[in-house]
Amino acid sequence: MPNDLEAQVQMLEKQMKKMQANQQNDQLSIVVFSGDLDKVLAAMIIATGARAMDMEVKLFFTFWGTAMLRDKKKNPKGKDFISKMFGMMLPKGSKQLKLSQMHMCGMGTAMIRDLMKKKHVASLEEMIATAAELGVEINICQMSMDLMGFKKEEMIDYPNLKYVGVGSYLADAGESRVQLFI
Amino acid sequence: MTTEELKALKVDLSIDARGTACPGPLLAAKKAIGEIESGDIMEVLSADEGTKSDIPRWCGKIGHEYLGFYDEDSFSRLFLRKE
Repeated sequence: MPNDLEAQVQMLEKQMKKMQANQQNDQLSIVVFSGDLDKVLAAMIIATGARAMDMEVKLFFTFWGTAMLRDKKKNPKGKDFISKMFGMMLPKGSKQLKLSQMHMCGMGTAMIRDLMKKKHVASLEEMIATAAELGVEINICQMSMDLMGFKKEEMIDYPNLKYVGVGSYLADAGESRVQLFI
Repeated sequence: MTTEELKALKVDLSIDARGTACPGPLLAAKKAIGEIESGDIMEVLSADEGTKSDIPRWCGKIGHEYLGFYDEDSFSRLFLRKE
């Protein structure tokens, strides 16, 4: 009899685990696909705001979004020719992002950054620092890294940074009550 | 499980997904899991780094028991027990 009970408890525990994995939590999941300054700003404002609202936040950076997480000061070695070319053409860090509209050879982007300062809107760099402080999780699409030839050594120092695949994103999104694609 | 324990496992099915990138290994695992019985052990070979986070999450969602992984030269071996 005790053996039977043990088996039942084990079974229940298993079921509970599965239910927990499939449960929607007070959590926000954003796919940051874009590498445009304005769109990434929107993503970061929502992400930090959500932390203030006590939500868990998981960001999934993929494709063009990945480039802004590179650290300008880091120069990894051992890249092949195409990776080097890609690395040169894509923005290296958040400061090199452009507006999706009205970039105007950099004039528009500089103006927006200036305006933000004047109107006391936090800069993208400040927002990333705030996100780190608040415990916003950043997950980077490993395949985008491979595709564009980015190396882990060249990415920013961030406390909650992981390299994942689409399955992890989907598991996170499935647990999140709010999901966005930017 | 430790690497030694994983190495000592009797694997019932091994699938080689080294030729595919995300989500290839996950799809290969999903396809192959139907071929084994409950309680059997499956091994997934993947050269995609993302698989190391994806397979445990997939197991958690479906209910399979994720046992762990260890790295070889240019790929990883991931182990799980079917629900």
